[in-house]
Amino acid sequence: MAERHIPRWVVGFAVPVLLLGIWQAASGAGLVSAAILPSPLLVINTLAAMAQSGEMAQAIGATAYRMALGFALGAGAATILGGLCGASALARALLDPLIQALRSVPSLAWVPLFILWLGIFEASKITLVAVGVFFPVYLNLVSGIANVDRKLLEVGRVHGFSPLRRLLRIQLPAALPAYVVGLRGGLGLGWMFVAAAELLGATDGLGFILDDGEQTGRPERVLAALLLFGLCGKLTDWALAAAGRQLVSWQDIAKA
Amino acid sequence: MPYPLHIEGLEKAFASQLVLGPINLGLEAGAITAIIGRSGSGKTTLLRCLGGLEESSAGTITIGDGKVTARDIGYVFQEPRLMPWLSVAKNAGFGLADLPKPARAQAIAEALEVVGLSDAGALLPKQLSGGMAQRVALARALAPHPKLILLDEPFSALDPFTREQMQDHLLHLHAYYGATMVLITHDMDEALALAHRVIVLDGPPGRIIGDFSPDLPHPADRTSVPFFNWKRRLTDLFSHRRREPERADAG
Repeated sequence: MAERHIPRWVVGFAVPVLLLGIWQAASGAGLVSAAILPSPLLVINTLAAMAQSGEMAQAIGATAYRMALGFALGAGAATILGGLCGASALARALLDPLIQALRSVPSLAWVPLFILWLGIFEASKITLVAVGVFFPVYLNLVSGIANVDRKLLEVGRVHGFSPLRRLLRIQLPAALPAYVVGLRGGLGLGWMFVAAAELLGATDGLGFILDDGEQTGRPERVLAALLLFGLCGKLTDWALAAAGRQLVSWQDIAKA
Repeated sequence: MPYPLHIEGLEKAFASQLVLGPINLGLEAGAITAIIGRSGSGKTTLLRCLGGLEESSAGTITIGDGKVTARDIGYVFQEPRLMPWLSVAKNAGFGLADLPKPARAQAIAEALEVVGLSDAGALLPKQLSGGMAQRVALARALAPHPKLILLDEPFSALDPFTREQMQDHLLHLHAYYGATMVLITHDMDEALALAHRVIVLDGPPGRIIGDFSPDLPHPADRTSVPFFNWKRRLTDLFSHRRREPERADAG
């Protein structure tokens, strides 16, 4: 079979490249208006111009700053609260119902409140990203800790472990695979929320380019920003997944 | 010094259903005692009560002078129950967190040597065979130098060849560490080959129906006539099950 000899990532490129070709051909033949769908070449030229003028680096920098801070805050708070609720039945009884209730509020619905409280600038955007990151990390960590094998916990009991030692030496390491899944989910939501926050009012960042492209009727800028968002999201997820694989390399699982 | 063990009027009920007891039993310090019985005879429950994994419903358990810490008791489960994220050496030292680092490293090296895994310290549990993993579990229980070691059918999941090897290992490390050992097993050969005393449980509720001190050498010659006679005696006990505890002193 021929397909056996072609690497999978090459196969994965086949359909996108084909679509790009059709797109470019259609644009070149004037089948679609450039005001609606600019040609791939125009998008690439726009990207090149943005790179040359420094606009690209500046926009990615602004967005990545919000993303990084929001992710750190959200994941940090989720780790502390998730660890607490996972380890202590009392903390879980006190805090988990409230956190679950807050989760039912669609996260974007917080925006007006954050703007009122924190202003239109960085703080409200970073907080929104943090809220988006928080829930997947928290939920995965709590369920990861709750689902730790009773048989491993008994090993801690026969060694006379305190609750804290049990948490640090058995529950947290055992919950690590679930935690990594939560971090990746949180990262995905974080990108979603940083785009939303920037669309709702920013003077820089990739989301601002999206909004600006729309306001000024330049779809090539919108497409360029979309491409950059996708690229940033994919790269950070890939890096997190690779780091996660290192952390849980002890797992005895089938290779994908 | 190994610990003696005294059990008085021990009972365990689950949801008001008595599964074990009353059990009265005194075990000599430094000996290997095997507790044998069928499934459901309460032998694992008895061991879990001794190890503090179950609260007894009635009665008292006195281990040594009564001032026992977790480090004085080693527990080996039916499965290795290793922490999959820790190396063999770190698993072996799992109960040694209170020790300063040099003493810990020494205790780990010693325990791994006794179970014959000196070269495997850096491996992860997923790289081990069943027998190796159970030897790491033995090392983990032994490393703190406990005065009482509780073993819950530790070799039952292993193939017969590995099982006999492990039984030899157990005798070797009993000689080395000199702890009191309580071994739960459903394997009469294992009980007779290893133990100085064999307690027979039957139930439910689990009660002692036999208490023997076979005067067999250790390791026992499993093909010898005395070994065979003892095995016959234990088998007979099950086939015409008697309620009254039987006491015997000759083989």
